Amino acid sequence: MIDAVVSPFIEFSFMRRALVGCLALSLGAPPIGVFLMLRRMSLMGDAMSHAILPGAAVGYLLFGLSLPAMSLGGFAAGLAVALAAGLVARATLLREDASLAGFYLVSLALGVLIVSVRGSNIDLLHVLFGTVLALDDAAIILLASITTVSLIVLAVIYRPLVLECFDPQFLRSASSLSFPTHLVFLVLVVLNLVAGFQALGTLMAVGIMLLPAVAARFWAEELSGLIVVAIFCGFAASVSGLLLSYYANVPTGAAIILTCGVFYVLSMLFGLRGLVWGLLPRKHLEA
Amino acid sequence: MQSRVLMQIGVALAVVLGVASGAHAADTIKAVASFSILGDMVKQVGGDRVEVTTLVGPDGDAHVYEPTPADARNLAASQILFINGLGFEGWMERLEKSSGFKGNTIVASTGVKPRTMIEEEGGHAKTITDPHAWQNLDNGKLYVANIRDGLIAADRAGKAVYEANAAKYLDQIAEEEATVKQALASLPKDRRKLITSHDAFGYFGAAYGLEIIAPEGVSTESEASAQDVAKIIRQIKAEHVPAVFMENITDHRLLDQIARETGAKIGGELYTDALSPADGPAPSYLDMFRHNVGALTAAMSS
Repeated sequence: MIDAVVSPFIEFSFMRRALVGCLALSLGAPPIGVFLMLRRMSLMGDAMSHAILPGAAVGYLLFGLSLPAMSLGGFAAGLAVALAAGLVARATLLREDASLAGFYLVSLALGVLIVSVRGSNIDLLHVLFGTVLALDDAAIILLASITTVSLIVLAVIYRPLVLECFDPQFLRSASSLSFPTHLVFLVLVVLNLVAGFQALGTLMAVGIMLLPAVAARFWAEELSGLIVVAIFCGFAASVSGLLLSYYANVPTGAAIILTCGVFYVLSMLFGLRGLVWGLLPRKHLEA
Repeated sequence: MQSRVLMQIGVALAVVLGVASGAHAADTIKAVASFSILGDMVKQVGGDRVEVTTLVGPDGDAHVYEPTPADARNLAASQILFINGLGFEGWMERLEKSSGFKGNTIVASTGVKPRTMIEEEGGHAKTITDPHAWQNLDNGKLYVANIRDGLIAADRAGKAVYEANAAKYLDQIAEEEATVKQALASLPKDRRKLITSHDAFGYFGAAYGLEIIAPEGVSTESEASAQDVAKIIRQIKAEHVPAVFMENITDHRLLDQIARETGAKIGGELYTDALSPADGPAPSYLDMFRHNVGALTAAMSS
């Protein structure tokens, strides 16, 4: 049993690399997912994966198939969309989700247009979006650095960010930190997503950010608990998903995210704050 | 009375149409080819008489192509359409219908003995027709004959030209075929193994005695599993496969990883489903063979 778990990682370096990459991502992304969830921006990751297209396309047009150029372009485009959406949400009556939808759709259309100008039908997203099984040194270092940076930055902006989640009106009235905090948080989101896209693929990047977070919601009540549970959920899904892909011969990214999904459904049913537990008769408090 | 008028109009129309099409035939005819390799072949056979539009251009992936309105317009304006067939252009049928194309459709691979390939997906073995028949030069000759006959049927006046062009082109293909066979036969038998990211080389391998191992399935659309990659790595190590090759249309990062892990050499780029742009190493069907065989022999002999 232990041998079955360990031997693929011992025999193959691509499995070890995949594991390291996934663990790095599971350390950095789920905490951000928790904040996204609490701020009701859970679908932002999905929108972002489309929003980065024009940046990637411009990078491709200028420098050809260069991953750094395309990632940088994608990061710039993603950031521009996130910031523009954030600004509009604050300055006008539009809510953040609606303004984000507006900007990412424009961005996606622009991307499709730019790609087609080139005339070539190379699948840009296919090139930009990596696969879990093909992590090279540069990709692993990139993932690890971004995880490190985002954990440190999260620690620095933790207090205002928590206030921003639970009582934004208060933060706005009591301090000038509200808007900067929001911006820094958006930068972290885009940074994690673009790195994840490039190293592991869209599904992986968005999935491992959000699924552990929503699963954790059924276990923990406090924010720190949520974050810890989400990270461990990500770890467990990474290991079991990789093994599932190895033994059951299914695509790796999908296997990891499906495992996350199974954790989510199990948590929803059997978690401490889940459905089944809630249906059980509770002890009444007695005087 | 009325019917006589109608008949006169009909006759007049027929004359006008006849003249129009006659005038057109003396001119060039418009042809559409589905992808770049076929487009080159049609150009070789058609020469100056045929104006060829290629839908999936150089370096494009015909497996996942999405036709544009311009494609539909080109197709509607052309007299003849050349496709590979064997399930290669899954999107073509819809384009033909939606464009209102009225001409003949020539399936270039007609007469080819189709190879099947077995694709394993989640433990189930599926048998699929392998569309990449042009990777065997012997099939290339059939393509040329089909293109010639199709052009003659569409444009009788050009019969002599098409026959002469095709005969010349067939000679060139036969010459290249002899060169390819000789070059690959000179390699040691145990080194004639090839790993590439997209198994478009089934016909090539069978025709010229190479063993083809691919990390992905028949189409560029499917994603590899950890088990697939592990199997290939074990196989390279066990059989001492000398080289891993990239293809001009698929993500090479997976191959890089396999090469890193096994110590096999990464050979140059191979062209399989698409030609390179005019200034690239494989701007035509025969150039593609020269380039591929050069890259293969270089990597396998060293």
